[in-house]
Amino acid sequence: MNKESQIKPYEPSSGAALPTRFTLYMRQNFIYQVFRFIMINIKMTIIIWRSH
Amino acid sequence: MGRIVILGGGVSGHTAASFCKKWVGKKHEVVVITPNSKWNWIPSNIWVGVGKMSTEQVTFELAPIYKKQGITYIQAKALSLHPDGGLDSDSPYVTYEHTHKDKMGQQETVTYDYMINATGPKLNFSATEGLGPEHGHTVSVCTPQHAVHASEELKKVIEVMKSGKRQKILIGTGHSSATCQGAAFEYMFNVEHELNEAGVRDMADLKWISNEFFLGDFGIAGLHLKKGGYVTSSKVFAESLFAERGIEWIVKAGVYKIESGIVHYENLDGQKKTEAFDFSMLIPSFSGVGLKAFDKSGADMTEKIFAANGFLKVDADYTKKPFAEWRAADWPKTYQNPTYKNLFAIGIAFAPPHAISKPMQSTNGTNISPAPPRTGMPSAMIGKAVAKTVTDMIKGKITEPQGNHSMTEMGAACVASTGSGFFNGSAVAMTVFPVVPDYEKYPGVGRSLKYTFGEVGLAGHWIKHLLHHLFLHKAKFRPGWSFIPE
Ligand SMILES: Cc1cc2nc3c(=O)[nH]c(=O)nc-3n(C[C@H](O)[C@H](O)[C@H](O)COP(=O)(O)OP(=O)(O)OC[C@H]3O[C@@H](n4cnc5c(N)ncnc54)[C@H](O)[C@@H]3O)c2cc1C
Repeated sequence: MNKESQIKPYEPSSGAALPTRFTLYMRQNFIYQVFRFIMINIKMTIIIWRSH
Repeated sequence: MGRIVILGGGVSGHTAASFCKKWVGKKHEVVVITPNSKWNWIPSNIWVGVGKMSTEQVTFELAPIYKKQGITYIQAKALSLHPDGGLDSDSPYVTYEHTHKDKMGQQETVTYDYMINATGPKLNFSATEGLGPEHGHTVSVCTPQHAVHASEELKKVIEVMKSGKRQKILIGTGHSSATCQGAAFEYMFNVEHELNEAGVRDMADLKWISNEFFLGDFGIAGLHLKKGGYVTSSKVFAESLFAERGIEWIVKAGVYKIESGIVHYENLDGQKKTEAFDFSMLIPSFSGVGLKAFDKSGADMTEKIFAANGFLKVDADYTKKPFAEWRAADWPKTYQNPTYKNLFAIGIAFAPPHAISKPMQSTNGTNISPAPPRTGMPSAMIGKAVAKTVTDMIKGKITEPQGNHSMTEMGAACVASTGSGFFNGSAVAMTVFPVVPDYEKYPGVGRSLKYTFGEVGLAGHWIKHLLHHLFLHKAKFRPGWSFIPE
């Protein structure tokens, strides 16, 4: 879906960053998300380890 | 045999109890006094609040679990602390009132060698006129029962939308100093997802209202993260999420009164405004649960042990000072009460030295800014750290608490789901390190940019589900429970 078509000029929300079609696609791309799942878990594990 | 008494069997108290028992074994007794018969994984109440989960999926009976583990369980609410003992004995004790139907209302006492207060927050709906599901006009997701009610009310407005009538949905904070913005934030996205699934999103006007100075403050002074070659504020991140979903927002708003369908709020400019709604979930302010403290003669000394907000004083620096003078060192490291060395407070029950977000006042002098949140991960980590201290003390290994378990040295992960489904779900996964910014160690942003990050996607949704199952597995003492991190 084309998110930029939602922008209403001069509304407070018009200053917000909107995801491009590619970003939206990558958020749901299974293979990329498996990779992100691993990366986020590694980062969270490091944070937990550093917090204890 | 010594006795460790833990008041409150929630996220932090349950964690403390489980590790205390693991580390003291049969040599000492661990007692948990908590009013509910069931344990609740509170973060998943959000899914109950949109009808995606039942209360059974987010709760379990405590009695059999504690029996299996050898923890003494008293279903009761604590009333008062007597850290010097009473007239006939020097042993410190606590009084409590049973909440189990067989002994309902009966009061008893139990002595202790060490006491951990983990009573969490009182959901202070009464601080805002007309707030809350019991005596007010708004719904809540703070307890499983509240969440079931919220889901039923949501279904009703969805039906109205299906009949062709537009509905206004307002979600956020219901008091000028409320905290827990993250929970409201997550609920907003889940409601939005639900409306999409029901095919009525175009019939709803969704609006956020909160006491934050900017969207994405979350009561932790916001956060900065690296995105697309920039160091970006969580304001940009949060506004983007809202704009993407067509959700409007009102910030710098202190809600002070709610009537049927109308929220009254004051903004930082001192203006009194209203906002209409058909369905509204607003988080109440939190306070201590109202425990009292008495000295040996029976004289009230509540103010000596508890701060004005009802939370227990610990080893924090409570000197009143302006935002510019706040330091990481103000935050407690051991959670030990300065007067009574065998008294500790964990999770939401400890009194923070001050807020994390910069305090803001309206031109009328009303404080409109979030109180400091103590979310699940730090609450549980503090619970485990204090369990270690107390068990080492009761075993005689140490006489003073060791280590630094400050929230300025501790990270937190927050995963806010924005829709369900194994292949099409989505969530915002965020981590902050440390929870309380340390502007001396990390000038400007207050946090490590390496370990503070946020992203949206299907992976976050998987993590959210994984956390739900892992934490319930851990809380039920299933095999390998102690290896699952807090
Ligand atoms: C809807 C919602 C969603 C959330 N989502 C997240 C999330 O995604 N991630 C996250 O990290 N955090 C989340 N949180 C915050 C998290 O739930 C809290 O940080 C955490 O529960 C705090 O733990 P606690 O032990 O201090 O308090 P609680 O878990 O509230 O436990 C307090 C316990 O004390 C008991 N008690 C009360 N009064 C007495 C008394 N007089 N005597 C004895 N016992 C008493 C209560 O019954 C309760 O069992 C969420 C909160 C809410 C409301």
